[in-house]
Amino acid sequence: MLNLFENIHSKIENGARVSDAEALELFASDDLLAVGELAALANAKKNGDRVFFNVNRHINYTNICVNRCTFCAFSKGVEDEGCYTLALNDILRKAAEAGAAGATEIHMVGGLHPELPFDFYLEMLAAIKADNPALHLKAFTAVEIDYFASLTGQSAAEVVAELKAAGLDSMPGGGAEIFAPRVREKICPEKISGERWLEVTEAVHRSSLKTNATMLFGHLEEYEDRVDHLSKLRELQDRTGGFQAFIPLAFQPDNTRVPGAKGVGGVDALKTLAISRIYLDNFRHVKAYWVMLGLKVAQVALAFGVNDFDGTVVEEKIGHDAGADSPQALSREQLCTLIRKAGRTPVERDTLYNELRVY
Amino acid sequence: MQQIAKTIRPKVADGTPLDRAEALSLLTEADLLTVGKLADGIRRRMHPEGRVTFVVDRNVNYTNVCRSQCRFCAFYRDADAEDAYLLDQEEILEKIAELVEHGGTQLLMQGGLHPELKIDWFERLFRRTKERFPQVQVHSLSPAEVIHVASLSGLSMPECLARLQAAGLDSVPGGGAEVLVDEVRAEISPNKIGWRQWAAVMEEAHGLGMRTTATMMFGSKERPEDIVEHLFRIREIQQRTGGFTAFIPWTYQPGNTELGGETASGVEYLKVLAVSRLVLDNVDNIQASWVTQGAGMAQVALFFGANDLGGTMLEENVVAAAGCSFRMSQEEVVELARGAGFVPAKRNTLYEILEEY
Repeated sequence: MLNLFENIHSKIENGARVSDAEALELFASDDLLAVGELAALANAKKNGDRVFFNVNRHINYTNICVNRCTFCAFSKGVEDEGCYTLALNDILRKAAEAGAAGATEIHMVGGLHPELPFDFYLEMLAAIKADNPALHLKAFTAVEIDYFASLTGQSAAEVVAELKAAGLDSMPGGGAEIFAPRVREKICPEKISGERWLEVTEAVHRSSLKTNATMLFGHLEEYEDRVDHLSKLRELQDRTGGFQAFIPLAFQPDNTRVPGAKGVGGVDALKTLAISRIYLDNFRHVKAYWVMLGLKVAQVALAFGVNDFDGTVVEEKIGHDAGADSPQALSREQLCTLIRKAGRTPVERDTLYNELRVY
Repeated sequence: MQQIAKTIRPKVADGTPLDRAEALSLLTEADLLTVGKLADGIRRRMHPEGRVTFVVDRNVNYTNVCRSQCRFCAFYRDADAEDAYLLDQEEILEKIAELVEHGGTQLLMQGGLHPELKIDWFERLFRRTKERFPQVQVHSLSPAEVIHVASLSGLSMPECLARLQAAGLDSVPGGGAEVLVDEVRAEISPNKIGWRQWAAVMEEAHGLGMRTTATMMFGSKERPEDIVEHLFRIREIQQRTGGFTAFIPWTYQPGNTELGGETASGVEYLKVLAVSRLVLDNVDNIQASWVTQGAGMAQVALFFGANDLGGTMLEENVVAAAGCSFRMSQEEVVELARGAGFVPAKRNTLYEILEEY
């Protein structure tokens, strides 16, 4: 074990890559703090003591979804009680509120709605952009892009070109879940394959839009599946350089239908963030998504290789429907305080990681 | 920062106690993982068997009527408040019966400083408890309650404690310590006993052969220096008596309180926990507080000096009144410890191992 940590330490110092086997050994290790130290070193070399956050707002335009992923507590059928689709006016009002509150980004994802035409999404982007030209529109997962492609009979690249022309600025990276087909079959059987997710994301990067990448962990996957997931992301990033941040998402089990899944302990959450930081040497940023992790663990994660604390969020539905007990929103001041209390320097960024203000 | 690690690491390695200045610099200047690694080293040395322990217990809060009216507390009520209550002894015995049915071994009974409950009420309750449930460890009445009952009953504190012990009190919980610095107490709990009285009850209990725990509630109005002072005061009592089984730091919960404000952040909690482990090298056990931190943080705390998860708490009212209501079953507690690579073990109040899982 000592050798493992020493070897990885010198790899990080020399800018060499950690192998899949080494990543697996780190997952198997019970020495949380030793893993954390390596991740902190890897992050310090890339990002110093700065921690990014942004002022953003989530808008989930619909929870109606033709995919019924068993891990998801957000999706509803068209006939289900509690299903909704926001009217364009409501979406515009939420975006305008966000703009007035100093947001720089709108984060928009939703279900795969069986009836909304592709034009709905184009109009939505164009209308928000027309009202708020300064707001960055980060919207849609690769899953939605693939769905739009099948709705319109176009290629993913063609769909992205149209969305981009309507106002799409970047994409958030959801829907990746876990790439391994054996697990995907159980947690999201109707969703596009991991291979397709990577293919669509590559097309998005080729259209010169940046995206993030996520991994949903803590359900039925094995450590091998996590490493496989990370390895496919690292490979794609080598080819495109289009990923900005990696965001491991801790599975929230309430109201979901994954048999036997219990959610993620604090130790596993921190270890996974840390190993991601160590392994993904070609990703600049690793984000602690406080909505899923909870504020306390997310803040502690700043000592485990994380350099991005996500944003103000304002109205979060997906994680909270699954029992996340974090708040709905954080203010800029709260974010700064949490980052400062972790001994780090808060930096407000825009979506593309330009520094807007150092606090 | 590196400097701290350089001078402190060798002291920790050869078991030399830290001084106040060193503890303060760890708390305010060192980074989280540096402090964590030092504390984790001590925890591993003191508990080489890799166990994480817990007790199956129930908090019974016999009354919420309290004269003390601490500004940080969301639980107390005036005697004439609509939701003021006093449990009758039958109800309390019923609750203990439920505890026993669930395999519980510890009764943690605490309540407000009620204007009418004198020592005979408690003596009767403890006697009845011991008669019906001789196997239950009565771990009850914090120092503030002991002193209140004594003065209400016209007894000295030592007389009061001795009578309670004779009636069935086995050990004393370390609550009401808050921060053992009177300047802080004046601000957050002006009507509560001062730190010397808290210490006097503990020393008396230890002298009578009762074990006790010690707590610290931080994150309200104290300075880092006050936290350090608190830890050293506990350490000094322990040097004299050896009677503390465990130290339990937990964070102020501001919901529904007069004092208001924010709770301590996760990083602050872990740092205080780790520094507690480092300073209190003469106290065997450090508890993680899942009640105030949640399960995720409690698990992480096992790497920052904690070796015990406290009670499963069939019932908890005081923290819940402040809007913080984490719940855990025994299975979840076991799973939490195992998931962090430890051997979960059920213990009794005296930290004797009852069963490994």
